[in-house]
Amino acid sequence: MDELILEAGRAERNYWRDLWRYRELFYFLAWRDILVRYKQTVIGIAWAVIRPLLTMLALTMVFHKFAKVSAPGATPYALLVMAAMLPWQFFSTSLSECSNSLIGNSNLISKIYFPRLIVPAGSVITSFVDFLITLALMAALMLWYGFFPDWRLLLLPAFIMLAFAASFGLGLWLAALNVEYRDFRYIVPFVVQFGVLVSPVGFPSSYVPAKWRLLYDLNPMVGVIDGFRWSLLKGEGVLDWSAILLSAITVILLLTAGVWYFRRMERTFADVI
Amino acid sequence: MSDEAIIRVENLGKKYRIQHQQNGSTRYKTLRDAITETFAAPFKALHRIGRSSLEERVPGSVKPLASRSSSEDFWAVRNVSFEVKRGEVLGVIGRNGAGKSTLLKILSRITEPTEGRVRIKGRVASLLEVGTGFHPELTGRENIFLNGAILGMSRAEIRKKFDEIVAFSEVEKFLDTPVKRYSSGMYVRLAFAVAAHLEPEILIVDEVLAVGDAQFQKKCLRKMQDVSRQEGRAVLFVSHNMAAVSSMTDRVALMDRGSNVFTGATERGIKEYLKSSDQGCGAYDSPLSNSSKPFVSQIRVNSAKGEAIHISGQNMVITVVINHADPIRNACFSFQIVNQYQHPVVHCWIYDIDTPICREGQSTILTCRMPSLALNVGAYTLTTFLSEPPGGQFFEKLEGICPFQVEIIGSQTLFGWRPDACGYITAFEWTKH
Repeated sequence: MDELILEAGRAERNYWRDLWRYRELFYFLAWRDILVRYKQTVIGIAWAVIRPLLTMLALTMVFHKFAKVSAPGATPYALLVMAAMLPWQFFSTSLSECSNSLIGNSNLISKIYFPRLIVPAGSVITSFVDFLITLALMAALMLWYGFFPDWRLLLLPAFIMLAFAASFGLGLWLAALNVEYRDFRYIVPFVVQFGVLVSPVGFPSSYVPAKWRLLYDLNPMVGVIDGFRWSLLKGEGVLDWSAILLSAITVILLLTAGVWYFRRMERTFADVI
Repeated sequence: MSDEAIIRVENLGKKYRIQHQQNGSTRYKTLRDAITETFAAPFKALHRIGRSSLEERVPGSVKPLASRSSSEDFWAVRNVSFEVKRGEVLGVIGRNGAGKSTLLKILSRITEPTEGRVRIKGRVASLLEVGTGFHPELTGRENIFLNGAILGMSRAEIRKKFDEIVAFSEVEKFLDTPVKRYSSGMYVRLAFAVAAHLEPEILIVDEVLAVGDAQFQKKCLRKMQDVSRQEGRAVLFVSHNMAAVSSMTDRVALMDRGSNVFTGATERGIKEYLKSSDQGCGAYDSPLSNSSKPFVSQIRVNSAKGEAIHISGQNMVITVVINHADPIRNACFSFQIVNQYQHPVVHCWIYDIDTPICREGQSTILTCRMPSLALNVGAYTLTTFLSEPPGGQFFEKLEGICPFQVEIIGSQTLFGWRPDACGYITAFEWTKH
């Protein structure tokens, strides 16, 4: 029988093994969140369709009809917005869910041991289900417009991965910070609102002035959104690979630092939550 | 380490840093606090250096350390060592704040120890609180799976035991109802059913039995005993219910102010616990030293378990010293044992006309022995009367003196022992015709 030794600093060594051992709990927590998500709502899962659809309509109205912003190619503007809505909504939902995930599960955290990393990870997965629904909506919309993607679609999984990493990386930061500083409860909705404007959700990246471009590319979601548009909309918007690379680097840094910070704070979660 | 020891705790310690906050009592910081602390720290440090030399000279300051710094180290658990063997139920007892919960938190890996070491052979499952992780919106069925996973069962394991769990919980009819519609009894039953079907090598049970109806409690106790005795697992049972502890466990670890002050036989452990708990003195000493009127100068309650604790059903001896400057004519002395609801439960008397007392000298010592005094559990006091026969002088009435506790050890009732159930417990037998 394997012997478990508990002493100061010991948890660190077992961490990754434990993470694997607790994979079923991870599965169950994600399953619970998905199950509960729309349980007490009247129209239930329809929200996952209505929210992105209405946001897309509003953004198209404001940017395309009122502000006369147009897509560089012949792509319908609605598709342009929808392609951006996909990763953006995934990212923003993940952030809000992640940041509240530990607090929402405080009864578990203060009573049961498990690698805490699975809680925010579960939140990202839950948001991913919404993402899949939105993706189906996107497909329906493309059919409606008679727009069919080309070989570039094959690269979509890579950009989904990037979106995942960005969401999880920042999500980890927010989750851990929110345990210690409840201020982040107010910061997160603000970041999400602000993000719609500084990311190319309602407009194409080509509208960003060249002198702002580098600063703009530092926003990890810029690369992700541009990538989504490129791969879904037959190369819509010239893909700036250096910008994608910059995004990818930012995302990887964010994720690594996020995991590091989360694990550093994790030991004290049960004591401070 | 003996071979069968399944848990071995060696010099375990857990230190917490307590923040002394002036405003509010929130446990989490706000960003503002963090920012102001960072900027204020150097100034505080300076301030501290200037002040500390002064404070150290103040005589009788209880906690010079605490008053000097804004944070203080606090050892919630320290120097705790014990072993639990396979098949054993170890009771963990102690007052609130004695470190029991922290100890369990370390054992169940929720928090890391600061020093010392724990060796555990096998899987630990803790029932720190039943229903942890139950989601009100989910149905009973869904919650069985969720809770099982939280407690460390695999999906295959839960499937295998699903029917057994449902049968144990007695909520078959409501399996597909969200648990938010459950009564609290159903909720607890379901939660305990899941937990009871875990197969950990070590089960940690903390005050779980505080809830749920009596019949279910009994079922749980039996299940726990099965778990330990028949299946050879170890159970750590934490409770304030001495009756449950004494019937469930053979050995106890007694915690006091973070360290375990006693580990050994349950009987002695409970005695130590009751002695340490500040629940009564069982003694009375008169403030009067001299009086022309007769008065009771001293009373001692002596029970089998020591002065302040009586174990129901055992002997109690009350010693009374009556001071009288002159002999009393036809003295009458009596006392009542009064329970916490101010109802006299027992009345014992001695009259000079039956047994000559207080006729010689300046004081008289009396002892009253009550064989097998079966008081119900609870807190008791004495009321005494000293007088002449009816129509004569009334010397003294003392009320609320000699507080003592009554505990019941080694016997169970379905509904638990409650102070408000009755005053006195008598032997009885039933016959069905």
